[in-house]
Amino acid sequence: MKFLVNPNKFNEIADYIFKPILILSIVLFALGLLFALYLSPNDYQQGSTVRIMYVHVPSAWLSLLTYAVMSLYSIAALAFRIPFGYIFNTAVAPIGAVFTLICIISGSLWGKPMWGTWWVWDARLTSVAILFIIYLIIIFMNLSFENRVVREKVVAIFILVGSVNLPIIKFSVDWWNTLHQPATISKLSKPSIDPTMLTPLIIMTLAFMMIGLAISILRIKTEIISRKSNIS
Amino acid sequence: MSLRFQRLLLILLTLVIILSAVLLILYNTRENVSYFYTPSEIDKSEITIDKIIRIGGFVENDSFNKISSSSFKFRITDERASILVTYNGILPDLFREGQGAVIEGAFVDKNIFNATNVFAKHDENYMPASIKEDLKDTGYWNKEYK
Repeated sequence: MKFLVNPNKFNEIADYIFKPILILSIVLFALGLLFALYLSPNDYQQGSTVRIMYVHVPSAWLSLLTYAVMSLYSIAALAFRIPFGYIFNTAVAPIGAVFTLICIISGSLWGKPMWGTWWVWDARLTSVAILFIIYLIIIFMNLSFENRVVREKVVAIFILVGSVNLPIIKFSVDWWNTLHQPATISKLSKPSIDPTMLTPLIIMTLAFMMIGLAISILRIKTEIISRKSNIS
Repeated sequence: MSLRFQRLLLILLTLVIILSAVLLILYNTRENVSYFYTPSEIDKSEITIDKIIRIGGFVENDSFNKISSSSFKFRITDERASILVTYNGILPDLFREGQGAVIEGAFVDKNIFNATNVFAKHDENYMPASIKEDLKDTGYWNKEYK
């Protein structure tokens, strides 16, 4: 597992797995969209609009997952002095921001026909908006320090402070009255989604994961190169 | 205790403290964080007339009255209390009796709530439309599914 913390090992592995992952993501997207748009049924309540879920939910999960992994790398970098954590955080923050933006935009497009509004300031929507702002702050901090060593540490600490938002996003729909409905998949009882609708959701989530991974690999490699040549 | 373990402990401890501070704040402001009140949370004795609030619950069965093409009257309930709502405007597609809804507006007097905005709320259950027909045909359609 050395490639997860060692830039040289990472580069070796990355060259092997980048193309398969990219191809896999394209195949999964094709398959997922086929299921999401043609092979899955209309919802009994929401009709065809439910298909927005197959973009909205994977992007929401991935925005949280990306942040969670960034938090783990921040701990690794600060506590165990693993510089690869800083490389990872710098490279991956914009990817998480894009996932969050996709989640917010698709959610708006879903909210208008179903709820009757593009946006409300309920706990779930507000905490996701805060996540997006945190991502933006991380990106801007990465662009704004003169001294790289200082910057990396400050950003890692900021990421860890911001990780407090993750449980708030997850549990906002349970702790407070919100317009957003509670979780479907991760509740304790059986998921209340039909298997014919769960299939495209899982395929699309894997597709989002693979494309996220592929772009991450590219960006991390770029970051390693730019550090070696001392550009940033 | 090694240095890296000390640093790890320091980081985790700080995180726990920050998290509990934030949760304490949120817990003590939960009435403001919640997006709406349920009808039973609204105490009839403390209703402030003309103060804009949001109430959420289900549209009570057999309570929906269409007065004109854009003027409606219905009751919002949480099975324990219910509130009479009047509304002028366009209702969302999902709005129907038995469906969740969030109403924004103000009490015009102790018993009548005048809505300025109506949002439909849907639940976390997803089911193919064809199954609903099957369930209805066989008589297994459960009110729990809404």
